[in-house]
Amino acid sequence: MSIDKETARKVAKLARIAVPDDRLDALAGEFNAILGFIEQLQEVDVDGVEPMVSVTPQRLKRREDVVTDGGQQRAVLANAPDAREGFFAVPKVVE
Amino acid sequence: MTDLTDLTIATARDALRAGETTAVELAEAHLTAIEGAGALNAFVHHTPDIARAQAAAADTRIKAGDAPALCGIPIGVKDLFCTKGVPSQAASRILQGFKPEYESTVTTQLFGAGAVMLGKLNMDEFAMGSSNETSTYGNAINPWRAGNSDAALTPGGSSGGSASAVAARLCLGATGTDTGGSIRQPAAFTGTVGIKPTYGRVSRWGIVAFASSLDQAGPMTRTVRDSAIMLGAMAGHDPKDSTSADLAVPDFEAMLTGDIKGQVIGVPREYRMDGMPEEIDTLWQDGIEMLRDAGAEIRDISLPHTKYALPTYYVIAPAEASSNLARYDGVRFGHRADIGQGDGITEMYEKTRAEGFGPEVQRRVMVGTYVLSAGFYDAYYNRARKVRALIKKDFDDVFAAGVDAILTPATPSSAFELGSMADADPIEMYLNDVFTVTVNLAGLPGVAVPTGQDRKGLPMGLQVIGKPWEEGALLNVAQCLEDRAGFVARAEKWW
Repeated sequence: MSIDKETARKVAKLARIAVPDDRLDALAGEFNAILGFIEQLQEVDVDGVEPMVSVTPQRLKRREDVVTDGGQQRAVLANAPDAREGFFAVPKVVE
Repeated sequence: MTDLTDLTIATARDALRAGETTAVELAEAHLTAIEGAGALNAFVHHTPDIARAQAAAADTRIKAGDAPALCGIPIGVKDLFCTKGVPSQAASRILQGFKPEYESTVTTQLFGAGAVMLGKLNMDEFAMGSSNETSTYGNAINPWRAGNSDAALTPGGSSGGSASAVAARLCLGATGTDTGGSIRQPAAFTGTVGIKPTYGRVSRWGIVAFASSLDQAGPMTRTVRDSAIMLGAMAGHDPKDSTSADLAVPDFEAMLTGDIKGQVIGVPREYRMDGMPEEIDTLWQDGIEMLRDAGAEIRDISLPHTKYALPTYYVIAPAEASSNLARYDGVRFGHRADIGQGDGITEMYEKTRAEGFGPEVQRRVMVGTYVLSAGFYDAYYNRARKVRALIKKDFDDVFAAGVDAILTPATPSSAFELGSMADADPIEMYLNDVFTVTVNLAGLPGVAVPTGQDRKGLPMGLQVIGKPWEEGALLNVAQCLEDRAGFVARAEKWW
């Protein structure tokens, strides 16, 4: 498995990270080094093994399905880079 | 009275209760030490006002006779923990200016027990690193130096600031977090003690998430006893973390008898790596002899899937990170990039994340994105989760066969020079976690304890791995090593 420049571009896009064109070859090289390392896992016999979901075989606790918190608009917006009229503001999404 | 910064948590507690000192005096002594230690770059946000207020309140409690063990004890908090109204950036530019409106469960519990926060501690960005060189604050520096050299050494990572601060006597204890070795490796590099508890022992609520199925918080201190005391205050069930275990927290300190007679200590043959420095091997052999001498039965054991632990980790951790770090989008908190004319929301996300994340974080987020992408999910992610199940089974099998604890080196080397890995392949840096990462994958508790020095005078540590939920018994083995190793060396002050 080898990652080329176009795959690197696609992965960067999926991850929503802007990578300049002249960095893509180097990035592909780094991916290939890491994936080459990961490749060892192909030699392990995993037939009949269930993928691990949780290290502790506990059943997650449940609670009553009730509202436990709320009315925190000020706190929720306090760290927003751009908050207006009680909302998060972002660039125009819909034309 | 001796220098207040030389006390341990246990001796400070006793001195406070006996009225020989006050929490205010302890806090002032440490604030002064921190002011003089800027060269270490361990504390990155200072909170003297909070420290003084908490110390005064602690003194009132102590006078009233209501003093839990940590009451009045000055600590540092890793920047990964959200602390209300205090910058909590995970050492990332993308969280520049972020001041949480809430307090993490761990710090809530520590403050409830009377602990005094001196400030926030340096770390690798989002806890991704083994040398504290990925931090937006710059490198944290190890107070230890090699022989007569004045070269700056790494305190390890990701909890590098915590390790540096504890070793340099800037605080009596610090919080750390450990996803692949981020408490134990820095502890080993600085001659301090650090325990990663069983997954689920300590609440993750309010700790900036890296890889949620691996992350655990734990204490970093100068003695095993101090780790036992501090872990007791950090641990416990939390309804706000669905993976936190609803189990009683025992009195870990009371379990530190140092008596391990008759216990079976496993020594895994797969941890004897090719090219392992002779000094690490000698350290390990010495540790085996200490435990044998203490009456333990030493047993050669096999953990056959050990060599697959790092590759498994480097699928699972980036996969979880890519998902967890999707929240940093420049909308709700932290940094937002300036955008150009005609840029839409996608450009805003992409520029924000490119500016906000450092190179190692970007690399891991993208690797995680790749292994989770359609067509590769089964080949990489699901396969890694299956191998992870086998790694855990290796441990289950040896514990079922009667092994009580496992002894290994904590790290493959002592602290290395900052910058020395700059041109290395990322994989070389990842190898720092070769002895510690299995423990996270299996969800087990592991402790690093200093037991010797190399010929350059740098500290080296051993790791003890325990059974799930048996941190008390685990710390007792560490206590036995600490008692017998008699590690008393400390970093000569140069800063």
